[in-house]
Amino acid sequence: MTTLLSDELLANIGRQSVPHRELVTRRDIRKYAIATGNRQRKYLDGDQAPPMFHVALFWDVVELEDLTPDGVSIDTLLPKFPLERAMAGGLKIDYLKPVYPGDWLTATRTLTNIYEKHGRSGPLIFYEVDMRIVNDAGEQVIREQTTRILR
Amino acid sequence: MALSEKPSGANVQVGDELPGRELKPDNVQLFLYNAALWNAHRIHFDHPYATEVEGYPGLVIAGPMLGDWLNQCVEEWLADAGRLTSIEYSNRAASYIGETLYSGGTVTAVDPASGEVQIEVFIKNEAGEVITPGVATAVMAR
Repeated sequence: MTTLLSDELLANIGRQSVPHRELVTRRDIRKYAIATGNRQRKYLDGDQAPPMFHVALFWDVVELEDLTPDGVSIDTLLPKFPLERAMAGGLKIDYLKPVYPGDWLTATRTLTNIYEKHGRSGPLIFYEVDMRIVNDAGEQVIREQTTRILR
Repeated sequence: MALSEKPSGANVQVGDELPGRELKPDNVQLFLYNAALWNAHRIHFDHPYATEVEGYPGLVIAGPMLGDWLNQCVEEWLADAGRLTSIEYSNRAASYIGETLYSGGTVTAVDPASGEVQIEVFIKNEAGEVITPGVATAVMAR
């Protein structure tokens, strides 16, 4: 069977992002909690970060000229894939430690897998990204594994 | 466990249902959510672009916001009785501003020895289709 995945493409497995360190603030927690319709006081007041706050904390803050015309920032961890239309993906998040304002967190993303499957409507490319978030003491706080599908 | 009872390590049972919630996000909420992330994707705020260029029927509700609501569903049910330790979910189908969505879940496994419970969670649309299925794990306090 022919494959869409060249050796050159597969060589990107294991590629890692530059560690990204961010400060958790009460103000950012409050914005996130309010925007998501959270109803728990500790989050609305910013006393603790709700689950998935890390999505906002580590979303790339890119400059205007680095956004595509449709408003998307290019994920520099990823190689150019031969299929480009993104389909549903899934993710798994492990919450290992609570997050509070004043915490400094560092996220490192790794492209852990690229593989191909043949669906009824043609080939699909899957890729997996593992994000590990640690605190300044080096303890794991959150781990997020994402799988995305391209067709 | 009766619906009026608070969950605890002692009374949670397989089949227990989590309180459902009706969600009707509007443009303002979707805007604030994406602003909090720094997500400028036009499908979330530029109606002509979303419909005419991308061919969507309306402004697309952000996938991770649906994921967040699954987390909220579990945490509101748990209150102080336990801690959410992991969740996995996938965005199976898109949803659009103007739709009413529903979150909820069911306890599918309980391990009395470790206090660990597994919960199947979902976001459904008005047609009753599960657009965001998930599985959460929590550990009950003892």
